[in-house]
Amino acid sequence: MPLSLLKYGLRRTYPVTGDIAATPDLKPHYDVGIIGGGGHGLACAHYLSSRHGIGSVAVLEKGYLAGGNTARNTTTIRSNYITPQSIAFYKEGVELYGEMAQELDFNVMFSQRGQLTLAHNDSTMRSFHLRAETGKFAGIRAEVVDAGDVRRLCPGLNMDEGGSLEIVGGLWHADGGTARHDAVAWGYAAQAARRGVEIHQRTEVLAIETAGGKATAVVTNRGRIACGQVLIACGGMNYDMGLKAGIEIPIRCYPLQAMVTQPVKPWLHTLVSSVSLHTYLVQSSRGEVVIGGGSDPYQLYATRSTLDMKEQLAAGAVHLFPFIGNLKILRQWAGITDMTPDYSPIMGASPLSNLWLDCGWGTWGFKATPVAGKRLAECIATGRVPDIIKPFALDRFASFSLVNEMGATAASH
Amino acid sequence: MKILRCPMNGPRNIQEFQYLGPVRHAPDPEAASDAEWAAYIFHAENRPGVITEWWRHTASNYVFLAERNIVTNTVVRTFDAWEMEQMR
Ligand SMILES: Cc1cc2nc3c(=O)[nH]c(=O)nc-3n(C[C@H](O)[C@H](O)[C@H](O)COP(=O)(O)OP(=O)(O)OC[C@H]3O[C@@H](n4cnc5c(N)ncnc54)[C@H](O)[C@@H]3O)c2cc1C
Repeated sequence: MPLSLLKYGLRRTYPVTGDIAATPDLKPHYDVGIIGGGGHGLACAHYLSSRHGIGSVAVLEKGYLAGGNTARNTTTIRSNYITPQSIAFYKEGVELYGEMAQELDFNVMFSQRGQLTLAHNDSTMRSFHLRAETGKFAGIRAEVVDAGDVRRLCPGLNMDEGGSLEIVGGLWHADGGTARHDAVAWGYAAQAARRGVEIHQRTEVLAIETAGGKATAVVTNRGRIACGQVLIACGGMNYDMGLKAGIEIPIRCYPLQAMVTQPVKPWLHTLVSSVSLHTYLVQSSRGEVVIGGGSDPYQLYATRSTLDMKEQLAAGAVHLFPFIGNLKILRQWAGITDMTPDYSPIMGASPLSNLWLDCGWGTWGFKATPVAGKRLAECIATGRVPDIIKPFALDRFASFSLVNEMGATAASH
Repeated sequence: MKILRCPMNGPRNIQEFQYLGPVRHAPDPEAASDAEWAAYIFHAENRPGVITEWWRHTASNYVFLAERNIVTNTVVRTFDAWEMEQMR
């Protein structure tokens, strides 16, 4: 990757390379049909074609490539979750981000700058101690820091001394970082396309045909295709797609809102998050301050924004860094998040033997794009669910063995 | 500002209300299987379209029902819980 970048930089001309072919006609049959051309579906297509030699794959995307939550997320990448099962899984995700640019020969701008979660009271500090110790045991970098360390890690932060939101310490996660969301999706798409995966944009799945405990075909607005295996990776529409296959996935949809300010010179190195303020911030490599993430208070399938939510986000950001009050909001948006009862994803087998689930990514799935893609490709290719994703099975609800991560995702990412 | 019509207090700013989620029908505690209990606890209505849900007007602590389209976010109607009793 660095060498090819150097070679590219020294070239005299820069011919335009079409990474992804124009949408071809649909064939009547594919070994694998992937519903949803977001980061997850594309990553799975990449791993199917590169690791398992399966090239007869159609990625079916109703809109444009990665225009769903992949395009809307605030790109927090981290593994400092609460349960050992989640930490092991997200740790693999973070590691795959470290190798991604090499793997895809595509600059995904992964920047491992560390993430700082702030505590404004003692009870939050106690929960951070538990998270740090569980994390260390699982082999990730997570430690509790005091107010002095917070000040050093994050100069310019309003410590609110003596105030009701005084910062008493934090959880420092040196493995945390961000990556360029579009690059991640395009990188996977370009690699998969190079190996013969067909990417069908503006191809909406309208129905899933089933017979004898299997999914037999997928009906789209451009025709019907028979599929050996099917993966559901539809982001905010996962619940609805599940229904099309006769499966009721325990998901409720809520919009999640975010926004960015105009660019300013680099000042904020770390990712900063406050659970009490329901706000987190990161400065993008363009200099914009990305501010997330407020979930709407009631269920909705809509990507509209509301002034209430933007005001709440702005208030949190201005509290943490008062100078942000002088900045203008450049863009604002929302995505439909598919929330699960325990704030963990639903991955792996479904009641249909050849239909696989990559669902329930809610407000937290961008960081899992590579690991979910890799592990679901393994499911599809071998027919077996790898141990690392077994805790996230759909049937955990019927057996009351939840993977509760509500506490680690309360700041909505 | 979005307005919700409270059956008791009339049209109010939606920020005065608390969302209590879709109506769930509890299984018979004597007869329900584990699977039915799990479904009751973890599955909530989320079909694109009109759903029936509980809301609370916070200031008056009045709990009522609404039929709302969760795709268009239009409220079809709001009504008092006794109507629900009568519908059974
Ligand atoms: C505001 C916001 C901030 C977020 N911040 C973070 C964060 O900081 N860190 C993090 O880890 N996660 C974050 N997330 C969550 C993250 O964005 C998602 O979990 C992740 O991007 C899911 O990827 P995906 O590929 O599964 O889904 P998507 O990217 O949504 O892709 C699904 C695709 O399926 C397509 N589709 C839907 N229905 C059909 C159909 N019928 N036929 C064909 N195609 C269909 C859609 O058009 C879409 O492109 C955030 C989400 C939002 C909304």
